[in-house]
Amino acid sequence: MTDPEVEITPDEEPAPAPETLHGAVVATIRGERVLFPTREQVVDVVRALRDDGFLMCVDVTGVDYLTNPHRVLPEGIEPERFEVVANFISHTARERVRVRVQVPESDPVLPSLFELHPGTEALEREVFDMFGIRFEGHPDLTRILMPEDWHGHPLRKDYAVGQIPVQFKDAPAAR
Amino acid sequence: MEPRAGGVEALREMGSVLRMSEAEAALPAVEESETTIMNMGPQHPSTHGVLRLMLELDGETVLRTKPVIGYLHTGMEKTGENLTYLQGGTNVTRMDYASPIFNELVFCLATEKLLGIELPPRATWIRMLMAELNRLTSHFLFLATNGMDLGSTSMMIYGWREREEGLRLLESITGLRMNHNFIRVGGTAADLPDGWQERLTAYLDSIPQRLDEYEDLMNNQPIWRDRLQGLGVMGADEAIALGATGPILRATGYAWDLRRDMPYLAYDDVDFDVIVGSYGDSYDRYAIRLNEVRESSKILRQCIEHMPEGDYRVQDKKVTPPPRARIDESMEALIHHFKIFTEGFKVPEGEAYAAIESPRGELGCYIVSDGSATPYRMHIRGPSFVNLQTLPHMMHGGLIADGVAIISSVDPIMGEVDR
Repeated sequence: MTDPEVEITPDEEPAPAPETLHGAVVATIRGERVLFPTREQVVDVVRALRDDGFLMCVDVTGVDYLTNPHRVLPEGIEPERFEVVANFISHTARERVRVRVQVPESDPVLPSLFELHPGTEALEREVFDMFGIRFEGHPDLTRILMPEDWHGHPLRKDYAVGQIPVQFKDAPAAR
Repeated sequence: MEPRAGGVEALREMGSVLRMSEAEAALPAVEESETTIMNMGPQHPSTHGVLRLMLELDGETVLRTKPVIGYLHTGMEKTGENLTYLQGGTNVTRMDYASPIFNELVFCLATEKLLGIELPPRATWIRMLMAELNRLTSHFLFLATNGMDLGSTSMMIYGWREREEGLRLLESITGLRMNHNFIRVGGTAADLPDGWQERLTAYLDSIPQRLDEYEDLMNNQPIWRDRLQGLGVMGADEAIALGATGPILRATGYAWDLRRDMPYLAYDDVDFDVIVGSYGDSYDRYAIRLNEVRESSKILRQCIEHMPEGDYRVQDKKVTPPPRARIDESMEALIHHFKIFTEGFKVPEGEAYAAIESPRGELGCYIVSDGSATPYRMHIRGPSFVNLQTLPHMMHGGLIADGVAIISSVDPIMGEVDR
């Protein structure tokens, strides 16, 4: 097995200040370009990316780092419990770029990308459903996969699997 | 064709997405309201399983639509966090049950990216062969269900017949008709069986004539054309803004196929064409899939011709179990075998995103590893899930009867939408 590249290497030689693109820190992880904007920057960064030709938002998902806080992040990025990860594709340059945003547990809110990429509507609803991260400016932020009256957010690491109260237990018996 | 960012504004003007909660829909209708809210599905025969649509209708005209999903949600992403990388394949293969090989493939590609292993050429080519064979069966399934939705029962029978023959071939290679778990991290589960070339060639030889028959039956038929042509039109800008991929994007005339544009496996070494439409209507989406069957056959013939000799999996003791014969004679091999299947193998810390062109579009897998034998987070970007968002815009302004044809032309697989 060839030794996989585990460390994050900046795009260029290590410099005192980390390399940035549209104001967000850039790193190359296993040959994939990753941007680390803050919550305040994210909409502007995505808009700038769209102007650069990254027209399609392929995927939006979340990660709960509750039980794995020691992940490798570039310098200057404070790890938070949640991370929202979005993938963009530029058809003309045949390139992909990934955007990772740190979202704190105390205030899990992020501006929605719906205005820029309407295709994120269902994806952001899924992240809200599964992680409880709210997207400001989303036109219809409701549960998408779980029932509307469900409690909790299943993909959170502290969501106890196997300890779900029995559904329909108050329902009257058949006879 | 140059992509533009103009789709967002066009979609906003259309305003075809219905955003209404269950409670709102249950309220009695306002007397003077000219529109009605109607429910379609989840048990409607044309909704491909358990898709439910809330429609706002003016007479028979569809104004706004809301797809309601989640009826098949079984928490497969959560389950994936508790399965080792070896077991993960059995989990993901059940998502898109019409093209299971692709699910396994993308999961393995993402894991291999994290592991940093290089596959022997034969493993790559076997994977490509399996993927294209699966694309054939998946597209035949589409042709069958599309025919059924539009009332062409003979097309349904023909489509199922061809698909079943393809599945029989898959069964002879993997042992199962569906949910194969054949693509494993580090290669495939087994080598191709004896006589696979003859069987595959016989299958491929039977296809061109049958496709011509389909074209006689469908394309030359005025009813078929009238029900599909000019309906469910979507432009390239809108499709890109909505994140639609696969045949839906290509039907708009936009040539984007990950196999050609961001090649993986050995698609660089085979010759095939990317099929595009020109009108972006239901007929184009049907015709693209019909013609992609021809292109996949072309790739399969090249696989038969160029299949390299060698090992079908990487000989890396970390991820590959020892050969069966070694277990009988070597204690170490037995221990090694036992450890791989009970503990699994550890994958270096980090994250990776892999994407492939499934029959329905871009199928992506995002894996975060914490250095243990199970993924810390495993996310599948399902093409059907995202493509379903195009439905309200395609159905906007059309008749409810055409909606059935449009749902069918999107070809959603609900197992993957809900995961």
